[in-house]
Amino acid sequence: MFAYYLQLGLRSLRKNPVLTALMVMAIGFGVAASMTTYSVYRATSRDPIPQKSSVLYNTQVDAFGPENIENGEPADALTYIDVTAILRAHKAPRQAAVYPVSVSVIPDDAGRLPMREGAYANSSDMFAMFDMPFIQGHAWTRDDDEKHASVAVITKDLNDKLFNGGNSVGKQVNLDGRLFRIVGVMANWSPQPLFFDVPNTGGFDEGAAVYIPFTRAIDLQLPTNGNNNCVKEPEAGWDGYLHSECVWIALWTEMHSAAEVATYRNYLNGYAAEQQRAGRWNWAPNVKVRDVMEWLDAKKVVPKESTISLVVSLGFLVICLVNTVGLLLAKFMRRAPEIGVRRALGASRSDIYAQFLIEAGAVGIAGGVLGLVLTGLGTLGTTLVFPEDIARLATLDPVLILLTLLTAIVASVVAAFYPTWRAAQVQPAWQLKSN
Amino acid sequence: MLKMTHLAKVYRTEVVETYALRDFNIDVKEGEFVAVTGPSGSGKTTFLTIAGLLETFTGGEYHLDGIEVSQLNDNARSKIRNEKIGFIFQAFNLIPDLNVFDNVEVPLRYRGMKAPERKQRIMDALERVGLAARARHYPAELSGGQQQRVAIARALAGSPRLLLADEPTGNLDTQMARGVMELLEEIHREGATIVMVTHDPELAARAQRNVHVIDGQVVDLSEEPRFHAHNHAQTARS
Repeated sequence: MFAYYLQLGLRSLRKNPVLTALMVMAIGFGVAASMTTYSVYRATSRDPIPQKSSVLYNTQVDAFGPENIENGEPADALTYIDVTAILRAHKAPRQAAVYPVSVSVIPDDAGRLPMREGAYANSSDMFAMFDMPFIQGHAWTRDDDEKHASVAVITKDLNDKLFNGGNSVGKQVNLDGRLFRIVGVMANWSPQPLFFDVPNTGGFDEGAAVYIPFTRAIDLQLPTNGNNNCVKEPEAGWDGYLHSECVWIALWTEMHSAAEVATYRNYLNGYAAEQQRAGRWNWAPNVKVRDVMEWLDAKKVVPKESTISLVVSLGFLVICLVNTVGLLLAKFMRRAPEIGVRRALGASRSDIYAQFLIEAGAVGIAGGVLGLVLTGLGTLGTTLVFPEDIARLATLDPVLILLTLLTAIVASVVAAFYPTWRAAQVQPAWQLKSN
Repeated sequence: MLKMTHLAKVYRTEVVETYALRDFNIDVKEGEFVAVTGPSGSGKTTFLTIAGLLETFTGGEYHLDGIEVSQLNDNARSKIRNEKIGFIFQAFNLIPDLNVFDNVEVPLRYRGMKAPERKQRIMDALERVGLAARARHYPAELSGGQQQRVAIARALAGSPRLLLADEPTGNLDTQMARGVMELLEEIHREGATIVMVTHDPELAARAQRNVHVIDGQVVDLSEEPRFHAHNHAQTARS
């Protein structure tokens, strides 16, 4: 019967092209508005590393004191003193310090200009912790960390620029006039939101082209290219900076059980208490250990305008649906005589429901197709509303295509419930008598 | 085939109760051709819609083909309408968006019949009413008499046990009315049970038995059967 009802529905829709067009437009515009804004919301609120987001933890230890923080939230980053102490204690199976640096990549060819590239100085564990995808070679080792080795991992894009995409493992790359041996080449990797560097990027950035050991970057006195917050003026010189109360380094750990997390948190509390006892801090321990999604939530990575526009567009969809309800009601009730005849000839109420809901579903499919076209245009136009680094994330991928069609069909069928219920209540006797 | 005992149909509003049928008794045997006559507003059509399970009743009993129908749910009533009853209306009630073939097909669709059998039955029914050549025409392209023939074909296609006709010639001129009446008589001769509501005495006289309704009650006795000796003469008491 489905094919029969679909055939009846399409015939009925063709009979009233203006009414049909109005309904299709209402559904199409409503769905397109909500799907366009949803595409932005989805991009900004999605889990950037779903396979591991529940085992990766950001660490915060309050080095500023309650007077210098808001709502009891410790600073987003740690001091060098705290990072090195926590790394040394090694209370988590995997742990990685990371901070952004900026380097000039100087090509071997003297005729080519140096390139300013974003880079991260990080511990070796980070590559395995974040499942960073290697296409040549591998990460440097903990031993390299210990030895402060001059090694680097570069991305495919930089490898293409410097080595025309050839195998560059073992070759040298010149960063700020210093040579680093390439141990691995990664696919371009930029999870969005860029969870491990939210404070410096706002969560949305294209990622880095170069990765070098944290220990080597410290040796080279490479300053952070991100935020640097100090509660007290640091003493002069790099050494003074390293031993200051300035926060600028992120610390991530990988832990796979609640017991490991509890042990790690206890250690941090103990460490903070020890700092208090030693007179470095005069406040109670205040530490936070949050997994990826808790961290993104706490940092409010989803832009406010993304949430607001999603709510507004969903409201618009509701308005469109209310209009569709009215149009469907008018359309269906105009066919009361036909309903009466069908009921007299053996159609049950369930048959009437099926016939009209399938007709509404056909409107939904047409509205979905229009919605797809408009959503495609909408995602191109998101730069008008959102910053460039967020707007570029809004894409019409297969999931969004499916969701747009599904939303249109479901919305149409939901809108048809009341008109169909009314249609099914038509008393055949009255219709047939009145004819 | 169709037996109503002390049947009542009351329309209630906040201020008034109107009896459309009151202590209505009728017994139509299988194979009978009964004409139900009476003045406008007497309850003839209400009787027919209740008989066709298009409307519920307020009191009494109604047995259709041996089944007491008052407790049946919507699905069961729809199934009985579809399988046991054929309707012929004064206004034809064809669906204007469907062509003749598709109109006749409607009850067969709800029966879940396979396409080849549907097609066979539709063409047989259209042959029967002389409109096989018009299968792809739309109702608006047919005369009133032809439309009523299509309606009869639609009623016949499902091979119902009972044909209910409400003023089947009411919208037709004399010649067309005669043709439709002859068709109904032919169908009856082949064994169908027909209950026809009419206020045309000439048409009523052609039925096997007349039942007269006034103020929602059967007030007349049946006439003697005239067409088939095997049919039972029935008495409908007021």
